[in-house]
Amino acid sequence: MEKRSTYSRLFTVFFRIGLFTFGGGFAMLPLIEKEIVDVHGWARRDEILDIFALAQSVPGAIGVNTAVFIGLRLRGLLGAMAALLGVVTPSIAIILVIARLFSQFQSNLHLLRAFSGVKAAVVGLIAAAAWRAGKNGVVDRFGLLVVGVAFLLSAFAIIPIIWVIVLGGLGGILHYRRKEGVQ
Amino acid sequence: MILFQLFSAFFKIGLFTLGGGYAMLALIQQEIVRYGWMTPQEFVDVVGIAEVTPGPIAVNAATFVGFRTAGVQGALVATGAVVLPSLISVMIVSRVWARYKNSHIVQNMFAGIRPVVVGLVGAAAVLVGLATFRSLSSGIHGLYTLVLGGLTFYGVAFRKWDPIKVLVGAALIGLIVYR
Repeated sequence: MEKRSTYSRLFTVFFRIGLFTFGGGFAMLPLIEKEIVDVHGWARRDEILDIFALAQSVPGAIGVNTAVFIGLRLRGLLGAMAALLGVVTPSIAIILVIARLFSQFQSNLHLLRAFSGVKAAVVGLIAAAAWRAGKNGVVDRFGLLVVGVAFLLSAFAIIPIIWVIVLGGLGGILHYRRKEGVQ
Repeated sequence: MILFQLFSAFFKIGLFTLGGGYAMLALIQQEIVRYGWMTPQEFVDVVGIAEVTPGPIAVNAATFVGFRTAGVQGALVATGAVVLPSLISVMIVSRVWARYKNSHIVQNMFAGIRPVVVGLVGAAAVLVGLATFRSLSSGIHGLYTLVLGGLTFYGVAFRKWDPIKVLVGAALIGLIVYR
């Protein structure tokens, strides 16, 4: 009984996350954090940032990867499937409707205006995700330096994102080992 | 045959997408053109739809392209194929992570990766912000865009506003102010 309710909760939580994700995975981070950490306690606040980092470091969309991650952790493969189905179902349902009615959809002024509001809010959501991640993930001057370097490398598309993450990991290993050696 | 092609194309797209959906759009375009599934103009429509509908962009694009080429069956095959690499790779990585996350070296590694995530998300905020402002900045609309974005940031970062309610509210306000 308890197990079954976890499957259906995984499905509904990630269904909600899939339904309210606009403009790519980053905008969904505050929503995922709220649902996973605050509402359901499926991960601790300091873990969620590591899960986001891992979700970004492996192939696939961030939202999908996070869903699989949390589902696996709670209920193994079946949990992962429940979360995965949850996060993709709204997309499939909505796209199947829109694929038939695209031309009406594209010229509907009300929808376009409402979507302009959503787009403006999405910018704020992504900025809030950065702020909250910074509060949890940046603890010293080295961290601040890494934030700046990662920001520049990615904002100006200098190297692929995966290499920025690899560099950060290597930097962390080298920097904190040296510090431990000193102490 | 077309289902098999859809599967292999979208499996490949899922497998080679790292760091978010926008990176995968170029790859999707390449595959679609290779098989002649859509014209470049239709692909622009796909991107437009994927952006304005909820859900991961990769999933939206897979569903749309699959449906256009082989109906509902095609949509399900393409979507399944694009998420399969996630399932496999996350299963492997989470097992390794669970095993080594308390080791010294992995903890130091994540101490370096966490600030990277902050920088990446910050860069995304700036880039998406600039693009949005460019498209919604004519006259008074620019002010509305700044206020909506700023208020969302303040509420979600400092006031624990519910992101879902914020999005619904922003849609309603957008309906009224963007005339």
